[in-house]
Amino acid sequence: MTPAAPLRSSTARLERVDELQARIQGMQSTRLETRAVPTHPAFAGLLPGGSLREGTVVEAQGSTTLVMALLAAPSASGRWVAVVGMPEFGVEAAARFGIELERLVLVPEPGRQWLAVVAALADVIPVVAVRPADRVAPAEASRLAARLRERGATLIAAGAWPGADASLGVEMSEWHGLELGHGLLDEREVVVSAAGRGGFAKRRRSRLRLPDRALGFAVATESANDPDGAGTGRPSTAASRLAPVLHADFRRPA
Amino acid sequence: MTAVSPARAIVLWCPDWPVFAAAREAGLDPEAPLALTEGGAVHSCSAAARRDGVVRGLRLREAQYRSPAITVLPYDPVLDVRAFEPVVRQVEQTVPGVQIVRPGTLAMRARGPARYYGGEDAAAQALLETVERLGVAGARVGIADGPFAAEQAARAVRSSPVGIVAPGGSAAFLAPLPVGLVVDERTRTLLNRLGVRTLGEFAALPHGDVRRRFGAAGAFGHDRAAGREATGVAARTPPPEFEITAEFEPPLDRIDQLAFAFRVRAEEFIDRMRAARLVCTAIRVELDDERGGHSARSWLHPRWFTPADVVDRVRWQLQGAGLADTGLASPITKLRVIPERVDGTANHEAGLWGQGPDERVHHALTRVQSMLGHEGVVTAAVGGGRMLADRQVLVPWGDRAPERREAPWPGSLPALAPASVFRERHPVALLDAAGAPVAIDERGAISAPPVRFAVGSGASAQVRAWAGPWPVVERWWDAERARRVHRFQIVDHDGCAWLLVRDDEGWWAEARYD
Repeated sequence: MTPAAPLRSSTARLERVDELQARIQGMQSTRLETRAVPTHPAFAGLLPGGSLREGTVVEAQGSTTLVMALLAAPSASGRWVAVVGMPEFGVEAAARFGIELERLVLVPEPGRQWLAVVAALADVIPVVAVRPADRVAPAEASRLAARLRERGATLIAAGAWPGADASLGVEMSEWHGLELGHGLLDEREVVVSAAGRGGFAKRRRSRLRLPDRALGFAVATESANDPDGAGTGRPSTAASRLAPVLHADFRRPA
Repeated sequence: MTAVSPARAIVLWCPDWPVFAAAREAGLDPEAPLALTEGGAVHSCSAAARRDGVVRGLRLREAQYRSPAITVLPYDPVLDVRAFEPVVRQVEQTVPGVQIVRPGTLAMRARGPARYYGGEDAAAQALLETVERLGVAGARVGIADGPFAAEQAARAVRSSPVGIVAPGGSAAFLAPLPVGLVVDERTRTLLNRLGVRTLGEFAALPHGDVRRRFGAAGAFGHDRAAGREATGVAARTPPPEFEITAEFEPPLDRIDQLAFAFRVRAEEFIDRMRAARLVCTAIRVELDDERGGHSARSWLHPRWFTPADVVDRVRWQLQGAGLADTGLASPITKLRVIPERVDGTANHEAGLWGQGPDERVHHALTRVQSMLGHEGVVTAAVGGGRMLADRQVLVPWGDRAPERREAPWPGSLPALAPASVFRERHPVALLDAAGAPVAIDERGAISAPPVRFAVGSGASAQVRAWAGPWPVVERWWDAERARRVHRFQIVDHDGCAWLLVRDDEGWWAEARYD
């Protein structure tokens, strides 16, 4: 790990040290074994360790269905789940995707106190999904992370979160069933990309059906899990660009 | 059978009690035409409405036809009882040993009061004064042998508010009254067919024959008709009083002030119930403000109320959607908390090893509720309806979910539900190739296929796929709530699918499949 070339100035050296330290932090696990939370098998190839872990933060950006897919398996296994700051969370879709409404708590409009609400809920509710209302300061994030670790709760952030243990994002989305003037939406294929802690681990991609025809989730059969990370879709989906899907966000007027 | 002369009884009767209670609750004039309905028919009505020809059992529409100025309210039996409770308590101060026959009617033994007040008439006057002090006008008192005859005496008098039937005169007094007063509807019809129309004629039948033919219920009615009532007054044991009232002088205009001032009383409220080995699972909070406003609401608790919970409910009721430090529209003069449902502590005892995780969840949610207000934390259920926003039923934590109406809902969406349902519709633009908004004519045909799509006033982009219009026509019979819209599913250039709605005003995004 020694730098090959001699460094000119001390500031450059310091920067290099910082970068290397960040890299080490990204590679090493910050804790001993943590217990797994039941997770849908479709995410096995994406999440570190193959599943959600207790006491971790997972970013899931760009898709409410992705958040629901992450919540469904813990909810089906008897855990309570909470959703904070997502007033448009579709309850009916959640129920059809397997989230038990009896054990679902919604806090649609937490306002400025959203972080306090998340902390209070994470004390007892094992899986909490939140859309941050504003930028999260790294200090606040690490305080909450300590609390999550202590309580063994999992946080799913539907927005940027400093220090997230894994980060899922939708890179491409393609609906099937609807044509020009006829048909009905029935299934969607998305390319979900996953980055590890600090963004240094190799980016993984997986083509999923979110949702599939039976209102479940599945790995699409033609896997687009290319090793070199310069992912291109199937040739037939050349029209769908692999750019991050940025949907209009209604919550904040431009 | 030996002729047992029943003990003298006093009955206090407040005519049209349900109407009076409802009028007082709603702040209406009980002298105006007013009717309470139950199941589409008139349950009870005020004297003014009766003068117009409204009677019990009349269909609502017919009642409105006969009395055009009538005010109609739903009949609430709980309100009856609740409104009567202060009257009962006040009467118990005047005459102990009171039986509530039904809300509006009280029975008590005559011997004690008659001796205390120096005569039956004086006792009756004392009772009437008591209820008049509470603002109940037109009450009547009947005194006779047995509570049944006494009640009939109270109902029969016209000229004075007190009707007294002399001892031993009950049978003669009851004789001309219709037989339907003592027997059920079926037996009444049968007796009428047999030519028995009055209580006197019924009483003349041999008691043994009546018992053989009509059983115990018939024999009971026969005893009443003959003025030989076997049942006396069964006085109630006054239940311990739990409700608390706090009056503020000078009136308080800040929520935190009021919450602080009430904290001690709330503890007293819960402690008193705990001393009686009871827990409270529902309370009713009533607030009076300086301008004469009155707000009342029931609060349920998923487990049972602690003093802090009671204070929280009072605060939530005051603040509505505002924050804890905001001032009130009008200062509060009086606060009343009434336990609506109590239960034995034994049914709510914590298990030896605690109640498991749900109890902790409840505590955390209560904490969040005290930060954000009652409506801040909700649980969800899927309800009925065609529009997606109607189908999500959000119930504040602790409240009871409304009952679900099972219906097929033709015109609702197929199984795949959108993951994001907007609470407020957002304006969008769906344009055809020429750049004009896509229009839908009366027959549900589109003007041109949609080509471009824009959110709000943003830049438009190509539409990859679309289908529609799917009409939704709702409640065409109700001009205010009628809805006639067309739905579209589209996939935008990002590969994101939308559910759009076109109404008279334009295009809206109802939901997004994201």
